[in-house]
Amino acid sequence: MSLTDRVLGDRQQLAYIASQAADARLNVELETEGMTLNIGPQHPATHGTLRIIARLDGEQVVWAEPACGYMHRGYEKLTEVRTYPQVTTLVNRIDWLGSFANEVPFILAAEKLMEVEAPPRAQHIRTILFELSRIANVSLFLGDLGVQLGAITPVFLAFRDREYVLNLIESATGGRFHPNFDRIGGLKDDLPAGWIDETRAVMKKLRGFCDQIEDLLFGNEIFQSRTRGIGVIPREVALQYGLSGANLRASGVDWDLRRDHQLPMAWNQADWKVWTHPDGDSFARCWIRLQETRESTKIVDQLLGSIPAGPVMAKVPKIIKVPEGEAWVSTENPLGEMGYYIVSRGDLGPFRVKIRSASFNNISITPWLLRGVYVPDIVTILASLYFILGDIDR
Amino acid sequence: MSALLAEVPYWGQSLLRVLGGIVAVLLPAGTIVYIFLFKMMSFMQSRLGPMEAGPYGSMQLFAEVGKWLQKEDIVPERADARIFKMAPVIVLLSTFLLVAVVPFGPDAWFTDFETGIFYALAVSSISVLGILIAGWSSANKYSLLGGLRAAGQLIAYELPMVLAVVGVVIQAETMNLQKIVVAQNSGSMFGIDTFGHPYVISQFIGFVIFMIAIQAELTQAPFDMPIAESELVSGYMTEYSGFRFLIFFIGEFATAGVFAMIASVLFLGGWGVPFSWFGWTSIDSIDNWMNVVGPLIMFTKMMLLVFIIMWIRFSYPRLREDQLQRFAWKGLIPVALLNIAVTSILKVVF
Repeated sequence: MSLTDRVLGDRQQLAYIASQAADARLNVELETEGMTLNIGPQHPATHGTLRIIARLDGEQVVWAEPACGYMHRGYEKLTEVRTYPQVTTLVNRIDWLGSFANEVPFILAAEKLMEVEAPPRAQHIRTILFELSRIANVSLFLGDLGVQLGAITPVFLAFRDREYVLNLIESATGGRFHPNFDRIGGLKDDLPAGWIDETRAVMKKLRGFCDQIEDLLFGNEIFQSRTRGIGVIPREVALQYGLSGANLRASGVDWDLRRDHQLPMAWNQADWKVWTHPDGDSFARCWIRLQETRESTKIVDQLLGSIPAGPVMAKVPKIIKVPEGEAWVSTENPLGEMGYYIVSRGDLGPFRVKIRSASFNNISITPWLLRGVYVPDIVTILASLYFILGDIDR
Repeated sequence: MSALLAEVPYWGQSLLRVLGGIVAVLLPAGTIVYIFLFKMMSFMQSRLGPMEAGPYGSMQLFAEVGKWLQKEDIVPERADARIFKMAPVIVLLSTFLLVAVVPFGPDAWFTDFETGIFYALAVSSISVLGILIAGWSSANKYSLLGGLRAAGQLIAYELPMVLAVVGVVIQAETMNLQKIVVAQNSGSMFGIDTFGHPYVISQFIGFVIFMIAIQAELTQAPFDMPIAESELVSGYMTEYSGFRFLIFFIGEFATAGVFAMIASVLFLGGWGVPFSWFGWTSIDSIDNWMNVVGPLIMFTKMMLLVFIIMWIRFSYPRLREDQLQRFAWKGLIPVALLNIAVTSILKVVF
């Protein structure tokens, strides 16, 4: 109880009391039954097949729980029957909006076991592509946010501008959605000619898109009244539920693996800022992501100017055998912390891979967060938590 | 219309009225859907919209109607079939009842009611019944929530709408829509009668309240919680398919058109031009060509108002149910009451 008193905000506490009262009222006063509403598996607000079981009193949620697993594809098991180079094909389907970012931590973990390091040029290009996939991912979030709240225009703007980023990724890697470009020891290819200037132009466009979204959505009074103070996650609760990424930073925790982890990547060579927000509400989560998109464009711009010369591939054997051992590497992916724990027995493929994906932990807070809110706020909160179904169910 | 059709037998008059009513409802609805829903929305969202069916996709609407008519008319197993089937018709019915009192020209009207605006506000509430029974009879939880939300919302916004109209009625000293048009066009502002006296100027607060209220009555964003695709999966319309959905769809845009017509009659001078331009003194001295030009003027004003409605619809996110109710009861209604008080005081003073 001490936690409840200390941590819960006023609104959350009131909502909790209201939900308790509603529960009592349901059974005693009117002898009416509450309604169980299955939001999903097929529902526009769940971006796929997440199912939220919500017990309602009128429009107020008394109790809610997510039921995931409708899209479980067994990637952890599948990796056991693949060789190391083949695994990237699988894992970039986990968070399908920022696929390149999924490959990187796995490759880094394998490199760590093999004790090879990608040459500086490859590290730079990796970081640039990583940030591009973050931009592609989060810009779609910014548009989708509008749709969830009933404004239909932002999503089309988001799709328009994401296309520029996808074109860049395609021209560099050959794949728009699933690049499969990262190799143990470096990258498959060097960048095509003219790519750097093109990327600079696109980054400028993306900054324009961020301004547009800020004008259209974040400055709107209705948007603010729908998101401010809704779904407040206090700092302690966020840490207890293991949130990561923008959801954690929105609760005021200054935590970014790009800055905090020492990885063979180029983030520390650019000048950028980790944004945090003290409020922890839906607005803070959305705002943090908007700022992060801007920071990402800055990182890309700076790194483009300082790509070192040299090969993009280190010397690795043709047939990759990873020596016996265990390694854990996690990076700051668009959705939050994503990590791979690889257990190797010295074979061609991993013996066991544990995937820590961000969305699975991020939605674990929903039963706590949805209690006492209204039905429209379920959608706001789910949208602002931002999960991708592939990232939950793997 | 009575003057024009004096020689036509009664059944002929009735038939012409029905046909005229259908044209007056469906023509604006089709135009609104094509120009605003298909094209304007697309241009706002940096895309082209339908381009294949006909020149610039202008026949797209017919393709859509054809598609809907082909679809199976599904009635959910546990739905209350008779009422479920009835609901869309009731919604569309209120639109047709509404258009009956709208004047389109000095002689081009369907009925000349002395209490026209009172009748219009009364029949516009019938659509609430249709929506509520659609939500209730669908045997779907989302529909039920949507129907209940619609009932609460439409009743809450009926009140500011009525109160906004009261200001106009006080100024025009009549409830007859035709006479309201005449009063605006033959009136004068500060002794200058070049522009007539459209009430949008002296009743600007009333106009804004009326526009907000019809936005809510039409359940367009930011007041579209009863439909709310992203949370309630289209609310009360979830279970409808085929031509019953089509009727709901027509009803939505036809009602937008008719409400915009009523708003233009109340605030923008309806079909008329300032009478001083042509030296008319009363409704009887108006030239006959106004019966042709009048509807066109009316149509232009309607499109202008629908443009505002749609513009807001395409760019705003949606309010929450409780915020919507608070906005109506704590914001619009007090302001509307104040507007009535000030209007009546000024009316007595001057």
